[in-house]
Amino acid sequence: MAARMQQGGRPGGSRFAQFKLVLLGESAVGKVSLVLRFVKDQFDDYRESTIGAAFLTQTIALDESTTVKFEIWDTAGQERYKSLAPMYYRNANCAVVVYDITQASSLDKAKAWVKELQRQANENIIIALAGNKLDLVSADPTKRAIPAEDAAQYAREAGLLFFETSAKTADNVRELFTAIARKLPLDQAGPRSIRSAGHRPGVDLRPESSGTQGASGCNC
Amino acid sequence: MANNTSQEGSPQLKPDTSEETPPPLPPRPENLTFLAGSGRPQSSAGSVKGTQRGSLRPSLLQSKATTALSLEGSGQYTHGETISGSSTPSRQPSLANIGYNYMRSASDVDDTASIRSAVPPSESGVGDVESLLGDVVTERDQTAFESVASVRQDPGLFEETLFGDAAELEKEFETELDEIDELKTDGSNQESVMKAWRSKLKHYLILSSAGKPIYSRHGDDHLITNYIGIIQTIISFYNSADDPLRSFTAGDARFAILSRGYLNLVAISRLHESFSELRAQLEALYMQILSTLTLPNMERMFSSRPSTDLRRPLQGTESLLSALADGFTRGSPSTLLSALECLKLRKAHRNAINNTLLKCRTPSLLYGLIVANGRLVSVVRPKKHSLHPGDLHLVFNMLFEAGGVKAGGGENWIPLCLPGFNNTGYLYMYVSFLSASRDGVEVEERRTADGKGEGEVAIIFISANKEGFFELRQMRNDLIEQMSKNGSLDHILESVSQGRSSCTDILPGTVLRHFLYKSRSNVQYCMSSYDPFFSTPFSRRRLLSIYGDLHAQLHSRPVRLKIHYTTSTSYVALAWSSPVFELYCVAPASTSRAALAQAATALVNWAKRSEERLFLIGGAVF
Repeated sequence: MAARMQQGGRPGGSRFAQFKLVLLGESAVGKVSLVLRFVKDQFDDYRESTIGAAFLTQTIALDESTTVKFEIWDTAGQERYKSLAPMYYRNANCAVVVYDITQASSLDKAKAWVKELQRQANENIIIALAGNKLDLVSADPTKRAIPAEDAAQYAREAGLLFFETSAKTADNVRELFTAIARKLPLDQAGPRSIRSAGHRPGVDLRPESSGTQGASGCNC
Repeated sequence: MANNTSQEGSPQLKPDTSEETPPPLPPRPENLTFLAGSGRPQSSAGSVKGTQRGSLRPSLLQSKATTALSLEGSGQYTHGETISGSSTPSRQPSLANIGYNYMRSASDVDDTASIRSAVPPSESGVGDVESLLGDVVTERDQTAFESVASVRQDPGLFEETLFGDAAELEKEFETELDEIDELKTDGSNQESVMKAWRSKLKHYLILSSAGKPIYSRHGDDHLITNYIGIIQTIISFYNSADDPLRSFTAGDARFAILSRGYLNLVAISRLHESFSELRAQLEALYMQILSTLTLPNMERMFSSRPSTDLRRPLQGTESLLSALADGFTRGSPSTLLSALECLKLRKAHRNAINNTLLKCRTPSLLYGLIVANGRLVSVVRPKKHSLHPGDLHLVFNMLFEAGGVKAGGGENWIPLCLPGFNNTGYLYMYVSFLSASRDGVEVEERRTADGKGEGEVAIIFISANKEGFFELRQMRNDLIEQMSKNGSLDHILESVSQGRSSCTDILPGTVLRHFLYKSRSNVQYCMSSYDPFFSTPFSRRRLLSIYGDLHAQLHSRPVRLKIHYTTSTSYVALAWSSPVFELYCVAPASTSRAALAQAATALVNWAKRSEERLFLIGGAVF
């Protein structure tokens, strides 16, 4: 399950990188829905629990010359699958830890996953925290159980990217995965000069040593 | 309901007609030894207390310890014994004889009236019966059951229908699988919720031996907690007397109880299912729980803490249990027969698929299966191991009935325990669904009973290697590439799009409306299409209930029956068991016994001729 990073040696100077991404989080927070929105742009209101783990891929273009392919492991949130999780995150380059902004306990679970990833997973793993089900809160603000500022604060301290998302309305879903892609060490995959076109000059693709920029993606 | 049976091996003994002189039946001594060896003793299902304390395990789903899909060593019956051309003529008269015998036994005075023995004695005049049923029995295009509705005005005929008042039942059946509203916290809707709960025709409840609820098909904890308490009290009362309760009847509801280790499983049915059927269903639910947890895991949890709440470790698998339960409620030929359905394919095409599977095989592979819409296409397996139909039923249920895996998209890697194979450990299952149409082959979207589209082909690879995903993924890519190249994929999709054949496709002009044919040695069955006669869920349910009755008649007696014939106002049905096959079929009530016997014989001959197309024989073995 080693991650492959392919050199983008194509004539047009285009770059192609492939990364392994794992989704973790308590059951019923919407991991599958997030992935299906990202990969197939679909949403289904009623979903049965994931059984085992699902493997999907999605390729996104960061700009004209850079494409990133995600190999995504979408894991089941149930307790009994916990012992299998290391198999999925062991070689992952990035992880999305999902919680449900209407369920207070789901953030605790997410924090436990972050801790485990930081202790056990790949040293340079990029972790994004996603507070899902934003649509429920937009419709009825009293449903919110976790203030966005609290989660953002935690994400800053732990050095995580942070988004509040809605798989249902597609809010911030693509942004979440794009932000991860931009944070991944693409520069190892090809010469820096390729990015000379000058888009988004402020974005540094090298891994950040400090997590303070992690919250920059927060649109909440 | 009038029916008649002949007991294989004891042609002289006619217990049902002790006062009549039994007409002679053709002896079939060649079956005696086989049947003596395989006749399964059945528990006294009707009694309140189990009388067979020693044999708690009923000989149902599991007991046919099947070497499923593997032919080696499993009972290989010689085909010479079956319906070879020479034996056919002698068989046909034997069926006709039974018809004759039936008439004699049911009514020695008036043969014709006996056919409709449901008619109250006061209306014994044949003419009245004819007028009452005349247009019904002659109307061939009507479905076998529609006729029931047209005679409903006569209460005397109600008993003759399978379920009593069908319209009422049909209404209940339509909402049977609907969810019950949640109880409001203030209890304001308690009455309506309880009413909805009680109106369900079927309930499945699973509780721990400590009395904790684990699963209920209908209703949440608040709703069922009282019932769980009552059930627990009753069960422990009998357990404390060391005389476990197995089944009982209350009103029109049948209760079946299965105790397995720390679990008690209860089925409550008002669908007139036999106790043995209900227990087989409970056994399948138990297997599903083992498939999630494994037996040692579950035992460890309970032995360290008897009050363990098993719902937590089972979280997320409720949908699998419910999918199984709903399958039983709708009627499942596969559970009834403990067998699998196979996709019809030409022998050469199936061989090509088997060979491709063998060619692409990677070292981690234990079992490989190609399944099209719940029907088996091919299997690759090691020589020493075979697959248990109960295990495969769980896998098929997970992939094709419960939506979770399919809807997740992508490929899947699922740890599961196959309890029939080994209930102590996990295997890992790679699953990939192929898109329904490829290479220009359009797959016709047929709607099945529950509204699911057909045309799903799944590649399933099972491995003991927990890290085997990418290896098996590569195998899948190789396999699909090869199968696209050699046309196998097209053959599969073509067969899927054709669907099941109707009885008249198979035997033009036949009287049969539907049949189930099980090949015993292959542990597989085939059936005709439900359309056009059984296109509604309720008509299928009733059909399966007829089959359930027939099956129980064949299997629940100390001496195994060879042929069982049933007639009612709306249909005639036949069950025929031989060492090689079991056949169940129905025809309209107007069909004569001779015609039915003839049709059944023709069907058996067809199945024999087409065996290699209908069934997967052996599969690819390495």
